[in-house]
Amino acid sequence: MDFRDSPEEASFRAGLRAWLEANLPRGWRARPQGPGRTNEDVSREWSRRLFEAGYAGLTWPKEYGGQGAPYTYQAIFLEEMARVEAPEHIGIIGLGMAGPTIIAHGSAEQKARYLPKILSGEEVWCQGFSEPEAGSDLASLRTRAERRGDVYVVNGQKVWSSFAHIADRCILLARTDPQAPKHEGLSYFLVDMHSPGIEVRPLVQITGDPEFNEIFFTDVEVPAADMLGAEGEGWRVAMTTLLHERGTLGFALTARLEVAVRKLIELVLSDGRALADASLRGRVAQEWIALQALRFTNYRALTNLMQTGVPGPEGSVAKLFWSESNQRLTALALEVLGTRAALDGEDAPWNGYWQYQQLRSRGNTIEAGTSEILRNIIAERVLGLPRSR
Amino acid sequence: MDFAFSDEQRMLKEQARAVLSQRLSDERRAELADSGRPWDPELQRVLTELGWTGLSAPEDVGGAGMGFIEEAVVFEELGYACAPGPFFATVALAAPAAAGDTQIAAALVKGEPWTLAHCEPEGASSLLDRPRATKARRSGRGWRLSGTKDLVVGGDVAAGAVVSALTDDGPALFAVAAAAFTARRLAVLDLTRSLARLDLDDADARLLTGPDTYAQVMERVRLRALAAAALEAVGVGQRALDLARAYAGERQQFGRPIGAYQAVSHKVADTYMEVELARSLAYWAAWCVADDADQAALAIPAAKAFATEAALAACERSIQVHGGIGFTWEHPLHRYYKRARWLASFEATPEQHRAEVAERLLSGA
Repeated sequence: MDFRDSPEEASFRAGLRAWLEANLPRGWRARPQGPGRTNEDVSREWSRRLFEAGYAGLTWPKEYGGQGAPYTYQAIFLEEMARVEAPEHIGIIGLGMAGPTIIAHGSAEQKARYLPKILSGEEVWCQGFSEPEAGSDLASLRTRAERRGDVYVVNGQKVWSSFAHIADRCILLARTDPQAPKHEGLSYFLVDMHSPGIEVRPLVQITGDPEFNEIFFTDVEVPAADMLGAEGEGWRVAMTTLLHERGTLGFALTARLEVAVRKLIELVLSDGRALADASLRGRVAQEWIALQALRFTNYRALTNLMQTGVPGPEGSVAKLFWSESNQRLTALALEVLGTRAALDGEDAPWNGYWQYQQLRSRGNTIEAGTSEILRNIIAERVLGLPRSR
Repeated sequence: MDFAFSDEQRMLKEQARAVLSQRLSDERRAELADSGRPWDPELQRVLTELGWTGLSAPEDVGGAGMGFIEEAVVFEELGYACAPGPFFATVALAAPAAAGDTQIAAALVKGEPWTLAHCEPEGASSLLDRPRATKARRSGRGWRLSGTKDLVVGGDVAAGAVVSALTDDGPALFAVAAAAFTARRLAVLDLTRSLARLDLDDADARLLTGPDTYAQVMERVRLRALAAAALEAVGVGQRALDLARAYAGERQQFGRPIGAYQAVSHKVADTYMEVELARSLAYWAAWCVADDADQAALAIPAAKAFATEAALAACERSIQVHGGIGFTWEHPLHRYYKRARWLASFEATPEQHRAEVAERLLSGA
């Protein structure tokens, strides 16, 4: 047991810090605080620089253009990005979900066609899984893909798709056999988002921000060659995607919470009344402690993963705990603002940063597995309790 | 970074689980606790023979010369077993308080139960408070101590105590043999862990630590004891979880195991989540003690606050999941619940620990 970086890890971290010092966009850290969606131009440029420096696909195998680095390097990468609050990578869905799924299930042609441009950030990906009538019960999805000659014709509607408005490709889960049992009639496609018949509409959330989109498919022709895995294998392929979503998610979430805790402390330090409030101080400490609990639980799951090749069961709690922590933390920040919590935008402290964060946090217990589904997973798969349905 | 136990540490953990489950069934624990003399000399002998009382003692006094990570493994398992006896008092309190004293170290390795007598009825309540009412005066080449010490863990069965007292030059720590004080066992909630009041009336004492290093030693003792408490709490929480999981799987109501109902299973899932998070913090705290890490002063109160609250919540949910049977004296859960309460109130409450953490986070530095 040793919580310090190994010499190799320390040297990787030092190199990354120096690189960040030299490459963060000019004036980035001094930019005014505020809510809002990713700045596309900044993110594209940032993704290109990360790729050129070899920081894209750190844990991808070398044969697919990755660095073949152990997961600890990815953890260090995310920690250091959070430390400087670096811009968001444009290809989160591609790097974290589409890429690993293509590596696991793709043909040689598919790998050669898609992986390099995911790494370089040249092609942006989005996810087409959830539907208005298929949320937690994802396998009940209704979007149809009908085979006609060399193409599948896709009709249906997907929802909660971040990046869809700028995406070049979509990982799409659609029903190819309506007669088969619900998990067996699905197939997985890599769809060109520039195809005729695709319409993307922004979905305005309770924050007032259209971070997500709806995607409408009307007679969209998808070449049969763009299916990933075999027909009817879609559910199994999608599980790889979700496994990867959860795999390094813990570290990404910890990194985000670390930024939030730091900003909360900054906020309290700037407010004499809050700083003198013993109960509030204790609650700030509680959020800091929660962050550490999350961080070290991730490390423990990672140690398990590196020793056994399978992520440890303790990792399953990361998203559940993170989402509830983030909700408490952002609500606490609004309490610190007092009456000014009623303001928003330019008239609010920090240009409405905390109002945005607090509202956004309500989605955290819903997206990527609701807290109820996650508790079912822990109860049934980790603890072996009887199935509830 | 590496979060894994070594092979030796893993073997120690397995050995501890096996020995304690064999020697300390739920029935045996209840029999000991309810007998009014909650320590088992036979169990103490076994733990001593296994070398657990001297894991971190130097080899030249017969110890194993290992570190706090090994002790951490044992504390977690003793919590899992809700083991009665003076182990916590001896290893988490007396040993660091008498660190460097080969005479006491050798006695501990041989299995003598010792403790640390610090609290006072009117005065010192935390290990950080200076003794006020207990006075030390020189007497020839030695010292004499007078005063009353309160809430002394295992003070009724200890062979000796490290006692804090005020000298003319400031606070100091002394070794006092049990023959030199009178101990009255206090009525306690957790019947597996005794507390006593010690009266010292011109008691013969030997100086261990003078005023110049007193604060430093007590800070070390405190961090070590808090980390040990956090680890015990993880063990307590884990056992409460295991009991809840087993019961939810077997107890049938309305024709199904109650664990099939989400109102029940989600409570158990929450317990799992909190115990795992607590374990991560407690291991971090243990590593900080073993490595004398800079973050120790933040990590250890953080772990103790989180782990003891998690243990309390684990027991409360487990009692609820068990329904009526979990509310009976016969069921083992109340022993764990009371131990969790003891751990949460030991030295400082979770709220006080959070205030301590906030003090460092919000210093503005």
